[in-house]
Amino acid sequence: MPIEVLMPALSPTMTEGKLAKWHKKAGDAVKAGDVLAEIETDKATMEVEAVDEGIVGRILVDEGTEGVPVNKPILLLLEEGESADAAPAPKAAPAPAPRAEVPAAAPAPALAAPAVHSAPAEAEHTGPTQPMTVREALRDAMAEEMRADPDVLLMGEEVGEYQGAYKVSQGLLQEFGARRIIDTPITEHGFAGLGVGAGFMHLKPIVEFMTFNFAMQAIDQIINSAAKTLYMSGGQMGCSIVFRGPNGAASRVAAQHSQCYASWYAHCPGLKVVSPWSAADAKGLLKSAIRDPNPIIFLEHELLYGQTFEVPTDPDFIVPIGKAKVVRPGRHVTIVAFSRPMNLALEAADKLAAEGIEAEVIDLRTLRPLDTATIVASVRKTNRLVSVEEGWPYAGIGSELSAIMMEQCFDDLDAPVVRVTGADVPLPYAANLERLALPQADHIVQAAKSVCYR
Amino acid sequence: MAVAKRQTAAPKRTAKPDRVDAEALVRMYRDMLLIRRFEEKAGQMYGMGLIGGFCHLYIGQEAVVIGMQAAITPDDAVVTSYRDHGHMLACGMDPRGVMAELTGRRGGYSRGKGGSMHMFSREKNFYGGHGIVGAQVPLGTGIAFAQKYRGTTNACLTYLGDGAVNQGQVGESFNMAALWKLPVVYIIENNRYAMGTSVQRSTASPDLFERGAPYGIPGRQVDGMDVVAVKAAGDEVMAHVRAGKGPYILEMMTYRYRGHSMSDPAKYRTKEEVNKMRSEHDPIDRLRTQLLENGWAKEDALKAIDREVKDIVTAAAEFAQESPEPDPSELYTDVLVEAKAA
Repeated sequence: MPIEVLMPALSPTMTEGKLAKWHKKAGDAVKAGDVLAEIETDKATMEVEAVDEGIVGRILVDEGTEGVPVNKPILLLLEEGESADAAPAPKAAPAPAPRAEVPAAAPAPALAAPAVHSAPAEAEHTGPTQPMTVREALRDAMAEEMRADPDVLLMGEEVGEYQGAYKVSQGLLQEFGARRIIDTPITEHGFAGLGVGAGFMHLKPIVEFMTFNFAMQAIDQIINSAAKTLYMSGGQMGCSIVFRGPNGAASRVAAQHSQCYASWYAHCPGLKVVSPWSAADAKGLLKSAIRDPNPIIFLEHELLYGQTFEVPTDPDFIVPIGKAKVVRPGRHVTIVAFSRPMNLALEAADKLAAEGIEAEVIDLRTLRPLDTATIVASVRKTNRLVSVEEGWPYAGIGSELSAIMMEQCFDDLDAPVVRVTGADVPLPYAANLERLALPQADHIVQAAKSVCYR
Repeated sequence: MAVAKRQTAAPKRTAKPDRVDAEALVRMYRDMLLIRRFEEKAGQMYGMGLIGGFCHLYIGQEAVVIGMQAAITPDDAVVTSYRDHGHMLACGMDPRGVMAELTGRRGGYSRGKGGSMHMFSREKNFYGGHGIVGAQVPLGTGIAFAQKYRGTTNACLTYLGDGAVNQGQVGESFNMAALWKLPVVYIIENNRYAMGTSVQRSTASPDLFERGAPYGIPGRQVDGMDVVAVKAAGDEVMAHVRAGKGPYILEMMTYRYRGHSMSDPAKYRTKEEVNKMRSEHDPIDRLRTQLLENGWAKEDALKAIDREVKDIVTAAAEFAQESPEPDPSELYTDVLVEAKAA
């Protein structure tokens, strides 16, 4: 059978090209790899090589022809002893194969996405508790999970001998040894990627970033390797890994050490993003994160490490990822926050109560998947929403909440959503400017009063 | 072509095996030919619009991956960058599944969701297939970390190109691998051009096998167009790594005949250079000649292999066109692993 050589597509976007030059003529012998012709595209002139062996029977498109469509037959290749005349008349160029077409019947992605995330229900904890700092709660969570599962390990800068830059890993090296508590060099991109590779092998690394500011060195490995590989492998190559460390503004450490990454990571499918406030949630959520088969971004806060909360003593206590918590019920306005700004939201709620406004304060706890149902249920009751975050306003968590209000609470709102955020500037060093750049309780009070028209 | 005899801090041995295992050589001939024919077919199918996006062909470099694969066991791991079709075939992945991934079909290794640059097989210990230059190097180092953590004697072959050596994370990985004596072999496939930029134009110190020297990682240059030399180097290096002596760097001097990707205008090197490599250093022609001249294989037997390989590739191409596109419901699967029911 004669072989039709077709006009090739030489780039992902090429639909036609010019047949600039023939290197073979009728009767020439051709072997695989020989240059047959030169094709000019909008980008470059390229050579077309033979894939099959044979003898050139007939040239079907003359040299110099422009606008030759992709997949039009340009040459007939014969086997030994075949005649070009015996060849069938060249067919018209078939249409190029469809590339990456979305089937017409497919619904728009945003609508086809699972609309409501359903997290496992969280049982109300009623057992005994003890006071504990967030720092201790995080350490206990790691220690308990490491005792239970030999595949869990902790790596990062100063997690071992130094006992943690913020003392979160205090005592872990002594209990688990250097095989499982691994001091890394200052090499975030490297050890984040190493952790992901170990995760592909079914180890369960906890990768500590001294702060999330330094994780920007590693963000390619976090997004391109950790978050996307499960999908790109058709479900084969998941990675159970926790990236954790302090996030957001600390105290007078200025712009490069004071940034909230909540909306950065919450943007990305393939990750779960958790950011607890209380010590009990820090412990329960970190235990869930370590057990979770997915990559988890666990955003802590330096200024919360020393804060004390009641924490259940039950060693089986965990908090499911994906559930917000109504920390203070109220009926006039819903205030949502997460991490350290929860302190501000609760302080604001106290001040508002003194003025007769009962605020319902919700701790988001998980930013992806967001517990939309809890927020929506609250707003259906209060008809008002104020969001609070340390991060910048533009495309922030509050922006997402505003969109959800448009989509799901349009008829419930009695006032536009107000976002209380960090100022849209790199965080300044000067004490007075730093204070001006970060959300304060009074900002929340003002915002809540404004949506209550007070 | 640089003569592949230089090395840092490693024992000197001859590259030629004392005794020739003719059967193994014939198998390597067959495996290299499979990659060659598969890639030619992929190039052809790209031209027909059946394969989209980027497609980086391995033609010319076959001896590297086949020689190294002959030096490891199925329990060892392999990870590479986006010029990965040859590595997958070398690992024993089904050519039909690889080709169907190239066409973005349901029967592909990633069910059509990964494409040419992102394919994986847990079963064959192939860990990808990664699209960001150099990113596979920390990943491979982490795979080796897990192999050591678990107390195995397995190792991870981590392939990278001459372009990737200039990525910061590669140096970061070398440091950690040497520090922790991880069982990883870094195989630098030096095909002389990072996309269109030659090693001389991109790299201040072009002896890439010396890149590990500051970390105490031994390195060697190997003629990557000679599968026998690659296998011999692989055997030596695997013994080093399995003995717990830490990482090793092999710089494979090789050459890709085709462009960086399908839309490469080939302005950065001369046609004469490409033709000289193809006619004088082709790894498949070279082995074929050796097999025949030494009487290790008969012409008929090699012709039968040619036919067998052609049939495999034809079947792969047919499968890749017949396999349906992924079901639209696949759009939202595999984003997260669903947690086991409590």
